[in-house]
Amino acid sequence: MALGLFTACSDDGESGGDANTAEDFDFTCPERTDTDAVKDEAASESTPFVFGTPGEPSSLDPALASDGETFRVTRQVYETLLDTECTDTVPGLAESFDQNDEGTVWTFHLREGVKFHDGTDLDGAAVCANFDRWANFKGGFQSENFTYYYSAVFGGFAENDAEMGMESESIYQGCEADGLDATITISKYSSSFPHAFTLNSFAIMSPTSIDAVADATIEAADSPQPDYAMTPGSLAGTGPFTIESWDHAEQAVTLTRNDDYWGEKAGVKTIIFRTISDETARRQALETGDVQGYDLAAPADVQPLVDAGFQVPTRGVFNLLYLAYAQGNAPLEDHKVREALSYAVDRERIVNSVLPPGATVATQFMPPSLEGWSEDVVEYGYDAEKAKELLAEAGQEDLSIEFCYPTDVSRPYMPSPKDIFDMISSDLEAAGITVTATPITWTEYIPTTRSGECPLYLLGWTGDYADPYNFLGTWFADASTEFGLTADDQAIFDAVAAATSEPDEATRTELWMTANETIMEELPGLPLSSSPPSIAFAANVYPPNASPLTQENFAQVFFTQQ
Amino acid sequence: MLRYTVKRLLQLSVALLGLSLLLFAWFKALPGGPENQMLPENATLDDRAALRESLGLNEPVWVQYLEFLQRVVRLDLGSSLSSGRPVATELADRLPATIELSLAAMVIAVGIGIPLGYLAARKRGTWLDFAAVSGSLIGICIPVFFLAAMLKVVFAQELALLPSTFRLSSGLQYTDVTGLRVLDGLITGEFNVAGDAFLHLILPAVALSSIPLAVVVRITRASVLDVIGEDYVRTADSKGLKPAVIRGRHVMRNAMLPIVTVIGLLLGSLFAGAVLTESVFSFGGVGSFVYQATQERDYPALMGFILVIAVSYVVLNLIVDLSYGLLDPRVRVRK
Repeated sequence: MALGLFTACSDDGESGGDANTAEDFDFTCPERTDTDAVKDEAASESTPFVFGTPGEPSSLDPALASDGETFRVTRQVYETLLDTECTDTVPGLAESFDQNDEGTVWTFHLREGVKFHDGTDLDGAAVCANFDRWANFKGGFQSENFTYYYSAVFGGFAENDAEMGMESESIYQGCEADGLDATITISKYSSSFPHAFTLNSFAIMSPTSIDAVADATIEAADSPQPDYAMTPGSLAGTGPFTIESWDHAEQAVTLTRNDDYWGEKAGVKTIIFRTISDETARRQALETGDVQGYDLAAPADVQPLVDAGFQVPTRGVFNLLYLAYAQGNAPLEDHKVREALSYAVDRERIVNSVLPPGATVATQFMPPSLEGWSEDVVEYGYDAEKAKELLAEAGQEDLSIEFCYPTDVSRPYMPSPKDIFDMISSDLEAAGITVTATPITWTEYIPTTRSGECPLYLLGWTGDYADPYNFLGTWFADASTEFGLTADDQAIFDAVAAATSEPDEATRTELWMTANETIMEELPGLPLSSSPPSIAFAANVYPPNASPLTQENFAQVFFTQQ
Repeated sequence: MLRYTVKRLLQLSVALLGLSLLLFAWFKALPGGPENQMLPENATLDDRAALRESLGLNEPVWVQYLEFLQRVVRLDLGSSLSSGRPVATELADRLPATIELSLAAMVIAVGIGIPLGYLAARKRGTWLDFAAVSGSLIGICIPVFFLAAMLKVVFAQELALLPSTFRLSSGLQYTDVTGLRVLDGLITGEFNVAGDAFLHLILPAVALSSIPLAVVVRITRASVLDVIGEDYVRTADSKGLKPAVIRGRHVMRNAMLPIVTVIGLLLGSLFAGAVLTESVFSFGGVGSFVYQATQERDYPALMGFILVIAVSYVVLNLIVDLSYGLLDPRVRVRK
C-alpha cells in the first residue's frame, strides 16, 4: 500500500516544491458503524472516564520514554508534527511537508493559530527549539534507557557521550525556522522519515517550558527521571488535554480537557488512567463499573465480554509473530529442512484456535498494511506430506530439534506462548520431527534467542510507526546470530538497504516488495500471524477509533445515552 | 532495658547485612537482566550491551555490592529501573496502602480470632469448638489469591455489595495526611473519603486476614487450654473469685504471651503476603510494585522492598519481645 507521502518533490534538490496536502494522505481506516451514538452531555461533563491500563507511565516527558504506557498518556497532551490514522501517516501539527529529492531536507508547514497550553504560539522556531534540545542532550539523557527512539532514528547526538555507549554519528544537521515553517536537515535519507515523527518521543513542547527545564540533569543510565518529568504542568504541549495530576499512591493520572484546543474539543471533561496490572482484575473492574474501558483484554475474554454487552472494537493488525530458524544450528543450514518445517506448521489452526478475533496468517515479515507488502512471496501453505518428502530429500527423516518458548509473558502478538508452542510442536511431530521443548523465562528469553542458542523459537514485534524498516530492518539489515544470517545472505541485506535508502516512494515500494520476496525465498523463519491486541469499553461509552499501533486518541471518547 | 534494646538493634544490623549479601548473591545468580525489560523488544544485542555497561552491570559483583551498601548507608536505595523513580519515593508512596491493609487484616484476625479461640477452648468438645477448629483449618488451607478472587466474584460482581478495585473511587478528592485513607478521612473531616476507603478495604482485608485469623484462633485456643488447667486458675476459682476476674487477670493475661508472639510474626508476614492480595484487588500498595519489579529484574526496587520488610519484621518482633515484660512480670530482662 502506497502512502503517497513523497509524490511532490522539488526538482532543484532543495525544499520548496509542491507540498503534500491532506488530500495526498491515504486514509484506510475502517468505517465506524456507531456514528449515530447520542452524546450524554451531562455525564460527559460530570463523570470522569476511567481507563484501566496494564502499567504506569514512566515519565511525563515523552522524549525520555520508549514505553507504550507513557505514550498512551502523553499523546493526549503532547502532539507531534505528523500523526497516524490506522497505520497511515497523516497531518499533525504540520498541515503538510515537503522534502528534497535526496530526502535530506524536510520542511514542515505548521498549522496557524495553534497555541501551547502555556499560551506560547506554535511556530517554526518552537519546532526547531525541540529538535535542538533533543540533539544536544548530554550525560545520562543520552542513555538508551531514556532516549532510545532519538538515537534509533538519528543515530547519535551532537556530542556523543561514550559513557552512555553513544558512538555512532548523528545524522541530524540542524533546523531552520521561517515563520510557520521548520526545515530539518539530515546527512542521509532513511525510510524512517517522516513516519518516525509520528512517535510521541518527538512531540513538540512549548519552547518556554523547555527553557524552564533546561537545567535538569540525568547523571547516569540508572538515575531517576528528572523531577520535571514526574511533575504535571512542567512541560506544555498543544494537545486536547492537560495533565491535572499524577497520583503515584493511587496509580492514577488525571487529564483535564483543554478548552482552548485548536481542533475538535475532547468529548469528556476528565479522563483518568488507572493502573491495574492484573489482566483478570482489569476485566473485573470493567464488569463492576470501576473502569469504563481497559486495554489488553485476554483473547479468551473477548467473546464473553461482547456477549455481556461490552464493546470490544477490533484493532487493525500491526504486529508480527514468527517462528525463527537460527541457521547457526546445523540442520537448519539446509534450506530443504527450513522448507520442511514451514510446510509442517498449520498456521490457520493457530490463528483460529488461540489468537483473538481479527488475527490473520502472516505470509511475510511485516503486516499487510505497510507499503511494500508483496503478494508474490513464497507462502509455504500447510502440507505435512510435502514436509516429510523434503525431510527425506535432506536426509533428515529422524530430525530432532530444540524449540524454545517464553514462559512468563503474554505479548500483543503472542497472547499465549505455551498454547502456540504446543500447536506447532504437535504439527512438527506429525511430520516426523522430534521436538525438545525448552521453556525460558522472558527476561532471559530475548538475549538467549538473539544469541542464536535456540534453533527454533517464537518471537515477534509490534510496529512503532508505518515504516517497513521498523520491521524488516529490525531483523534483516545485517548479519545476525538470531537468524544465523551471515555474509552468504548478502542478498537479503542488500535488498533491505536498497529499499530503506530510496527516497522515491514508488521505487521504494517496489524495493520493499523485492526485499520481502527475497527474504521469504531464503526463509530465515516462518511468519506465523498478525493479531490485534483487544481493547474493551463499557456499553455507554463512545470509544476512540481502535488504533493498530495502540495509539488511541481519547479525545474522541464520550458517554452515550442508553 | 536500654542495654537490651541496643543489643537487639546491633543484632538487627548484623542480620540485615547478612540478608543483603544473600539477596544480592541471589539476584545476581538469576538469569536475565533488567536491560531486557528496559528496552523495546527490537533493540539489538549491541543496544542491550551498551545499556548494561552504562548501568554498571558489567562491574565485578563485589564492586556492585559495595556500591549498593554505600547507597544504603546514605539511605539512598537508588532508582527503580522500571519506573525511573527513586525507590525510597516509590516505597513511601505505596507503603501506607500496604500498612493500612495489613493493619485492617490484623484487626480482623485479632478481633475475631482471640474471642473465638477463647470460646473454643472454654467450650472444648462442643459444636462451637469443632466449628472454630475446622474453620481455622480451612482458613489455613485456602490459598489467599483464590479466596480473594472468590470474594471479588461473589460480593463485587454478583451481589454488587462492595467495591473490589483500587483504594478509593476514581475522581474522589482527598487530603493526604498519613497515607492511610480511612484515618486521613477521619482526621480531616472528609467522612465521605473515610467511608469510601473503608468500603474499598473490606474485601482485601478479609482475604488477607484468612490465614492470620486461623492461626490466632488455633494458638489462642491451645494457649487458653494450657492455662485453664493450671493450678493457679483452680486456686483462684476455689477462692471464689468472679469468673470475669479469673478470665481477665489469670487466664487471658497468661495465655497472651504466645499469642502476642505469633501476632508479631504474623504482622511482619502480612506485609509480604499482601503482594498477591493487592494484585487481585489493584490496591496500589507495595505489592503490585514488587510484583512488577520481580518480573523486570528491577534489583534496586526489590532490594529496597526486602530491606524495608526485613526491618519492619525485626522491629515488630523487637517490640513483641519488649512487651513480654509488660504481660508477664516473671519475664524481665536484665537491667
